[in-house]
Amino acid sequence: MTLVCGWLLYGWIVAVQTKTKKTLAKPNIRNVVVVDGVRTPFLLSGTSYKDLMPHDLARAALTGLLHRTSVPKEVVDYIIFGTVIQEVKTSNVAREAALGAGFSDKTPAHTVTMACISANQAMTTGVGLIASGQCDVIVAGGVELMSDIPIRHSRKMRKLMLDLNKAKSMGQRLSLISKFRLNFLAPELPAVAEFSTSETMGHSADRLAAAFAVSRLEQDEYALRSHSLAKKAQDEGLLSDVVPFRVPGKDTVTKDNGIRPSSLEQMAKLKPAFIKPYGTVTAANSSFLTDGASAMLIMAEEKALAMGYKPKAYLRDFMYVSQDPKDQLLLGPTYATPKVLEKAGLTMNDIDAFEFHEAFSGQILANFKAMDSDWFAENYMGRKTKVGLPPLEKFNNWGGSLSLGHPFGATGCRLVMAAANRLRKEGGQYGLVAACAAGGQGHAMIVEAYPK
Amino acid sequence: MVACRAIGILSRFSAFRILRSRGYICRNFTGSSALLTRTHINYGVKGDVAVVRINSPNSKVNTLSKELHSEFTEVMNEIWASDQIRSAVLISSKPGCFIAGADINMLSACKTLQEVTQLSQEAQRILEKLEKSPKPVVAAINGSCLGGGLELAISCQYRIATKDRKTVLGVPEVLLGALPGAGGTQRLPKMVGVPAALDMMLTGRNIRADRAKKMGLVDQLVEPLGPGLKPPEERTMEYLEEVAITFAKGLADKKISPKRNKGLVEKLTAYAMTIPFVRQQVYKKVEEKVRKQTKGLYPAPLKIIDVVKTGIEQGSDAGYLSESQKFGELVMTKESKALMGLYHGQVLCKKNKFGAPQKDVKHLAILGAGLMGAGIAQVSVDKGLKTILKDATLTGLDRGQQQVFKGLNDKVKKKALTSFERDSIFSNLTGQLDYQGFEKADMVIEAVFEDLSLKHRVLKEVEAVIPDHCIFASNTSALPISEIAAVSKRPEKVIGMHYFSPVDKMQLLEIITTEKTSRDTSASAVAVGLKQGKVIIVVKDGPGFYTTRCLAPMMSEVIRILQEGVDPKKLDSLTTSFGFPVGAATLVDEVGVDVAKHVAEDLGKVFGERFGGGNPELLTQMVSKGFLGRKSGKGFYIYQEGVKRKDLNSDMDSILASLKLPPKSEVSSDEDIQFRLVTRFVNEAVMCLQEGILATPAEGDIGAVFGLGFPPCLGGPFRFVDLYGAQKIVDRLKKYEAAYGKQFTPCQLLADHANSPNKKFYQ
Repeated sequence: MTLVCGWLLYGWIVAVQTKTKKTLAKPNIRNVVVVDGVRTPFLLSGTSYKDLMPHDLARAALTGLLHRTSVPKEVVDYIIFGTVIQEVKTSNVAREAALGAGFSDKTPAHTVTMACISANQAMTTGVGLIASGQCDVIVAGGVELMSDIPIRHSRKMRKLMLDLNKAKSMGQRLSLISKFRLNFLAPELPAVAEFSTSETMGHSADRLAAAFAVSRLEQDEYALRSHSLAKKAQDEGLLSDVVPFRVPGKDTVTKDNGIRPSSLEQMAKLKPAFIKPYGTVTAANSSFLTDGASAMLIMAEEKALAMGYKPKAYLRDFMYVSQDPKDQLLLGPTYATPKVLEKAGLTMNDIDAFEFHEAFSGQILANFKAMDSDWFAENYMGRKTKVGLPPLEKFNNWGGSLSLGHPFGATGCRLVMAAANRLRKEGGQYGLVAACAAGGQGHAMIVEAYPK
Repeated sequence: MVACRAIGILSRFSAFRILRSRGYICRNFTGSSALLTRTHINYGVKGDVAVVRINSPNSKVNTLSKELHSEFTEVMNEIWASDQIRSAVLISSKPGCFIAGADINMLSACKTLQEVTQLSQEAQRILEKLEKSPKPVVAAINGSCLGGGLELAISCQYRIATKDRKTVLGVPEVLLGALPGAGGTQRLPKMVGVPAALDMMLTGRNIRADRAKKMGLVDQLVEPLGPGLKPPEERTMEYLEEVAITFAKGLADKKISPKRNKGLVEKLTAYAMTIPFVRQQVYKKVEEKVRKQTKGLYPAPLKIIDVVKTGIEQGSDAGYLSESQKFGELVMTKESKALMGLYHGQVLCKKNKFGAPQKDVKHLAILGAGLMGAGIAQVSVDKGLKTILKDATLTGLDRGQQQVFKGLNDKVKKKALTSFERDSIFSNLTGQLDYQGFEKADMVIEAVFEDLSLKHRVLKEVEAVIPDHCIFASNTSALPISEIAAVSKRPEKVIGMHYFSPVDKMQLLEIITTEKTSRDTSASAVAVGLKQGKVIIVVKDGPGFYTTRCLAPMMSEVIRILQEGVDPKKLDSLTTSFGFPVGAATLVDEVGVDVAKHVAEDLGKVFGERFGGGNPELLTQMVSKGFLGRKSGKGFYIYQEGVKRKDLNSDMDSILASLKLPPKSEVSSDEDIQFRLVTRFVNEAVMCLQEGILATPAEGDIGAVFGLGFPPCLGGPFRFVDLYGAQKIVDRLKKYEAAYGKQFTPCQLLADHANSPNKKFYQ
């Protein structure tokens, strides 16, 4: 009986799709458009990009963008990049990459960080600069190179080295050196863990999945879906934002290498990766450590038209949210989605393409269950009714972070380009991009197709 | 119906074409007709796993009572007999409690040793059967798992605990003067090793889940869950059950081994304990330590060692027998009755008898960042109260804030808090020199210097800035609250909150109400105290209230005894061997000689001769020489930073010599000296009850033990009178009265009790 109920409900959601608005343009606010966007192939970390530095990858994305759009470099007013694990030598990686990519040295650049929504932050910063009339042309992007991470000396060792630097006499130096202990050499690794709770994200995802009673099988099935769809999209040449990258001294990389559709039987064999031995999050149903970069050309609509461009999409309303970093670390999409829809005056039914960041299968499914729960909406979101489920046939149709990969700082642009390209291809008007991020934060944005 | 709807929500997923939901395990119980008839335990079967749920009716906690025992036996017999069931999970239906221990009332109701021993033996039998269960039983623990609860858990084949702050494991029987009487003394050493087991049993300490996992007390941990489709607690319990069921199946299928891999240290310890000589040394060492710490006043610890020893050296049959017999003996002791009485008292003093206040206190302001003020701030900020700490000087304020930070940081070092939690807690504190923000305060607690005119001044200053509903509480140890309230515009909002130093360690809070204090003000003060984690007694206003008033005559006697030539060290050893945690002379140093002098003078004026005895001149001279006790580095002893050994302050010799009194030989034996101190204390306490300062004897006992260190083994002054005999105490008082006069005259209520032996403070 309940099954029937489920089907009926589902059918109802599909049936009552009606467009409520023509366009989301707002009076007295400049329209911001995406001219185009590209990304390097996303690779499993430790593969072809392993000898590069982050700015090399970012540069590849930038040159790819220049090539794809033929935008004159001097037109670009500002460059913004997102990144998460910073290479200390290039902490403003946006500037280093821009200089190397041949942009004008008169174009300022800055780097933002907001965990997995860093590129989203780069884009919305650009949107703000254009909408407020400060700039007309922005390049926004993101980069992450997990093949090399800054492993540091321990604090004790660093202190000793700094003190040694300041020591004036041999006596002072010797007395400092005498304080050295072997354990000073223990290295300090950056962890994908919350600073506030010391919990790794995978662990939190496993607890989240358990809290929403998401089973291992459901997670594996979802991950398999992501890989299968990504494979299909790759084979059909739909991932048009990917630009080939000729890695110095190596072969040219032309496509993402993390897409591996497997079988449920194979996936079931894996042991839990975080909550051992009985957890449900495994390597197969989590996004993997990825190297990659993305870049996007954003302009004021009138500027783009004046320059003769045919933009791909408008960037419309967006929303940042944040919640408890312990128990609701990855629920950002649930919170951000209804808010951004309300802000834009849209409903779930108006959305033709959903592009959600897939950190973990369990996280996506937990968000689904949260969005489908009146109880959760009432008790945790201050809403009278549930958010509602995004229909799965419109959801991440070309794969997602689970299969395509997730270079932390670069994913946001990939999501927006996937939404924009899908709207063009599938003929819809509105796309919804949403993502969760460490720190218990989240982001959602409406992408509107540019009229053909 | 509800279950059906739950499945409905979840099966929404089956609507997705790609997601094939395997569906959700049906939660409906099958085959349990007993569900309706049993009140403490019910069980259902999921697949081939029986889920046994413990739920003591009408109680927040599960306790092991006779009914629970018999229902448990019934249920287990059904499970063992059923062909359908291959394993079982034991879980509580109450989120914060697995089993809190044996029902104390059941023990108290036992009239004879044999009855108690029999209870123990029955429990032993049930748990032995459980231990030998042919079908694996998994204990799924969330919340407190204490005493008999832990003994039950360690009889199971496997234990899974939630890594929640509320989940604690331990055998606290020793704190009630008893021992783990359901096989714990025999199973724990085998499970965690003799040293760790003895430590658990002798200290009664609570062990958190992660530590328990490391020790081998539990086999798996389950992380508590956040909000999902149900409240976090509810879903965490379900999750715990689901995980436990998987393990129960795994054990039944022999896919999981209940054996645990021991670490190297553990293996070495275990090996060392196989050598008889090493074992003997361990017993000896532990016994020595126990004797030194208990001074022979507490029989339980030595019997625990004895029982453990018997089990290891003579085999478990002898061990179990010894355990049950010693359990019976211990429960019948006065010490155990005293300690159980304190337990009941404590439960009573953790309730707000005034009901819920009209307005919750959310913003607290504390005046004075001294030791007390900062201490109060520390226990407030970590409970989420927004707290202003105000002082008159920046140096004073700095010191106070530093004290709060240090208190929190020490918890970080002990891993009770994360550094992040510390920072977030510390952000609840605002340090300032002015009255900014007081307009939002719901309660102001003043902890300024003990000077009436100063207290009047701050009261007036504060009343000018606080909102109408704000309560003014005074933290004073002796100044009558009504005198402080005399200058108040709103005396119904004035109350006394007497904290004890160090505030973060001392559990007691003495709340003092005046004739004018409103009921809601009292309710609010108690609510704040409970939030701060205090055990609370509420007393009527009067000089010295209850605690200080009881202490003062005893302190007067301390001075007289010192004047009579008893050396402070000897006096300390006499008082500690009577059961006081701190020696009498040391206590003066700790309290502060100036404070003691202040109190002695104030109360001396009010109560006159009855508070006489020692010459207060002794304290005056000490103060004038700067011997203020620990805080000034010198008092009766010399205190040095980092030095543990205490040497007598030789400069005291001349002071003591100048005030020397001839001792009276008929009342100067060691025992007499002890009783002179204690009877004065007890007499004054009973007088407080007689005069209505105290509402109940239970509060008097709790106040004396938790605030003043009255020997816990005696259970407090009132329990002491009941157990020791009012007549005997009156006889002692009369003997001393003959030697010293009115200070020892028994009060009327005590005399009444002596005259009618049936009269007891505790019926």
